[in-house]
Amino acid sequence: MKGEKTLVALAGQPNSGKSTVFNALTGASQYVANYPGVTVEKKTGSYKYDGGKVEVVDLPGTYSLTSYSLEERVTRDFLLHEGPSVVVDVIDASNIKRNLYLTFQLLEMEIPIILDLNMMDVADRRDIRIDTDKLGKKLGVSVVPTTIKKGKGKKELVMSIAYLSGGGQAFQPSRIDYGTMEPFLREIKDKLSEEKPISEGYPLRWAAIKLMEGDSEALKLIGKKRSNPEEFLEFVENERRRFESEQNEAPEHHIAFSRQRTADTIVRACVKPKTKNERPLSDRVDGFICNKFLGPIFLVAVIYVLYYLSIVQGYNLTSYTWPLLAKIRSLTESIMPEPGFIYEPLIRSFSLWFVDSINALLNYIPIFFILFGLIAILEDIGYMPRMAFILDRIFSKFGLHGQSTLPMVLGGIYVGGCAVPAVMSTKGIPDERSRLATILTIPMLNCLAKVPLYVLLINIYYAQHKVLAMFFISTISLLIVLTVAKLLTLTVLKDKETAPFILEMPPYHLPTIRGVIGRAVERVWLFIRKIITIVAAIAVIIFALLQFPGISDDRNAYYNGEKEKAVGIFYKKIEGASYADRLQGENLMALVLYWDKYKKAKMMAKGKEAVKALNNKFEEENPVFFKIVQPKKDKAAKKVNKAFKKLFKERRKLLREIKKEKIDNSFLGRIGRYLEPATQWAGFNWRVNVALLSAFAAKESSVATLGALYQQEEEGETLETRMEKGESGFTPLHALALMLFMVLYPPCIATTIMVKIQTGSIKWMLFSMFYPMVLGIFAAILVFTGGSALGLSGLEVMFVFYSLALAITVMMGFVKSRPETI
Amino acid sequence: MTLDKLRPGNACIVKRLTAIDKLGRRLMDMGFYPSLSLKVIRNAPLEDPMEVEMDGFFLSLRHEEARFVEVEQK
Repeated sequence: MKGEKTLVALAGQPNSGKSTVFNALTGASQYVANYPGVTVEKKTGSYKYDGGKVEVVDLPGTYSLTSYSLEERVTRDFLLHEGPSVVVDVIDASNIKRNLYLTFQLLEMEIPIILDLNMMDVADRRDIRIDTDKLGKKLGVSVVPTTIKKGKGKKELVMSIAYLSGGGQAFQPSRIDYGTMEPFLREIKDKLSEEKPISEGYPLRWAAIKLMEGDSEALKLIGKKRSNPEEFLEFVENERRRFESEQNEAPEHHIAFSRQRTADTIVRACVKPKTKNERPLSDRVDGFICNKFLGPIFLVAVIYVLYYLSIVQGYNLTSYTWPLLAKIRSLTESIMPEPGFIYEPLIRSFSLWFVDSINALLNYIPIFFILFGLIAILEDIGYMPRMAFILDRIFSKFGLHGQSTLPMVLGGIYVGGCAVPAVMSTKGIPDERSRLATILTIPMLNCLAKVPLYVLLINIYYAQHKVLAMFFISTISLLIVLTVAKLLTLTVLKDKETAPFILEMPPYHLPTIRGVIGRAVERVWLFIRKIITIVAAIAVIIFALLQFPGISDDRNAYYNGEKEKAVGIFYKKIEGASYADRLQGENLMALVLYWDKYKKAKMMAKGKEAVKALNNKFEEENPVFFKIVQPKKDKAAKKVNKAFKKLFKERRKLLREIKKEKIDNSFLGRIGRYLEPATQWAGFNWRVNVALLSAFAAKESSVATLGALYQQEEEGETLETRMEKGESGFTPLHALALMLFMVLYPPCIATTIMVKIQTGSIKWMLFSMFYPMVLGIFAAILVFTGGSALGLSGLEVMFVFYSLALAITVMMGFVKSRPETI
Repeated sequence: MTLDKLRPGNACIVKRLTAIDKLGRRLMDMGFYPSLSLKVIRNAPLEDPMEVEMDGFFLSLRHEEARFVEVEQK
């Protein structure tokens, strides 16, 4: 096979260790993409053997090969149309019987198959003895026993693949005897071979079985190839009906049951069942993990640890990674043109804004990495299905699914999650309706970025009741999510496909380090690749909206005048001092930059040594300026120092005023003012509007923009006091309306992109942005206008609103949604 | 009788599947067929779903879905 390329596909049921086999075969050379047009992941890798390249495709894990689920359709289409030279069917050696159900379907597709009896160690441990030779003969395929996790059997597997793809055929594949259905299958086959095109591309017997099964996709595919599709499909339908009336059994039932019974017969002949009749360890563990009382406690503990390690510890980790990002920023700062006394060059402010926007997201990467790693561990261990098992009852009442648990936890079921990984993790939910309901509602949970605004408002307006207010805001979002999910299920999602819950509870496994880290890296990379680029683009737009049209010439002249005044005062003050002549003209601006740089560097420097080194460096750079910065006992320098401090402060004040005026005057500011007549009913003035608008790119921006809008009057004033002063008319009721709006705020850009990726539709993406806005403004108006009309205080309204939400949520739980299609 | 009526600890033999379409398909694909013996292991903390064992394989399903599996208690 020198120089040739071989295509090998890995198929198998979920939990058969297929990914481990894939990793073992392909090593690090993996590539993840999507199958065309769908959200199912396609993993490809390769290895070299005997000078040739073997390409391996890891097909999605499926129990069967019908057209009911996307994964099954994708798998089947791949096998039919891509023509792999070998399919490795990975099966769990301790559970052969149920795995054979899929094997039979693969055999019917007439592709060369190798049966990889994986996890032999588990079978051994459970004392299950397998006669592999006999199994191979009965099935007519080569069987390779492996314990891939420990590297056992890999060589044999690779050799077996090479042999089979080289044209060798071990046995004649066996076929299932469908008994009373055989005459029917023959008739369809005969009919199929009447016209030539059908026999090209599809194995005849497979096609006949699929048609008898009534598989909708197969009917479409094969019918299309006939010269007279209607007549042919009617013929098939007649055959199906005739079988059902003669045998008193639906043909698809007969087919499935024949497969199961044949699997049972084969397993009885080849596998000596365990002699020890004890409960498997996993089941005994589940006695605790899924216990009525311990189960929920353990679940809460797991969620807590997940939060603690990723959000709390991950956040601590960012204090180590942040300096790296800060370096990128200061590097950008240093290569950009230097700022003037009161003007910043556009390219400079743009570059810094851009870097800041990207950094805000990159800063989350340590958190994501830990989060994704922990989730991979939970997935590998097998805890996810248990989580779904415990919570399905609650979630299904609200149109969600047991498997919505993980996305909810990630989104911040209490406080501090992130909607991006949360939406990403909805992929596993089989029920389309619940999946969409989950995707559309989790952005309303409290992500990390919403927290700063809550903290700010609670500190100002609920200082007496901090704990209570924090509890309100953290739990109200869950109530809202449940209610809204139910409402969506009853309305816009009413006609979406549902799926049965039925879920395998796989045995617990120890995760492998490689698998866990591999998946964490893969998902972080996906985040970076898909999200960052778009966030960058949006950052540009928001920048333009905040920056333009800028300040009028009149105002520019005014600020220039202010500057001249301040500079004039400075020169007057230092007149006669020995340094005065060295600070003329451009030197003044140089000193401003020097001073700024020194102050910033000193803030970063830790310890006496570092400060000393810093001082030496700056003294060397410019001894005169250094004297002014650090006058010590030099009287003249002291005088200049004092005057310069004043000037420096004056400059800062001017810069802030200009920034504020720029925002006031900007397009975004105009929009904020334009919206004021409507938003005033919710208690939002235009300043709040601007903050909220700017939060659309990333929620953190809300506080940053407020920071720019409420100016610092005195050095070191906190934003809390500034906002309190700046908004004297603001009451706790205003704050409550604002916080509720933030809960319901449309997802950030990054999340909407993820919504687009996971729903595969722009329509849903737009919907996910639009409906929370309507809902949010409605809730805010209800709280503010309603509360003001009734003359209630913020705290009182909080109680009323919470009780109302709780009552509605409970009520919603009892409303029946459209019954599942059976 | 139907599977959803069984309590944890009960064992039974499957007689018939009465669901068609998606649920029927899924039940068959997950290994339900007449003459299969299975055992109810436990209910979830809030009673629903339930967990059953078939030949060393564990499966959870909602009671509402188990209603479509006719069984004979052992």
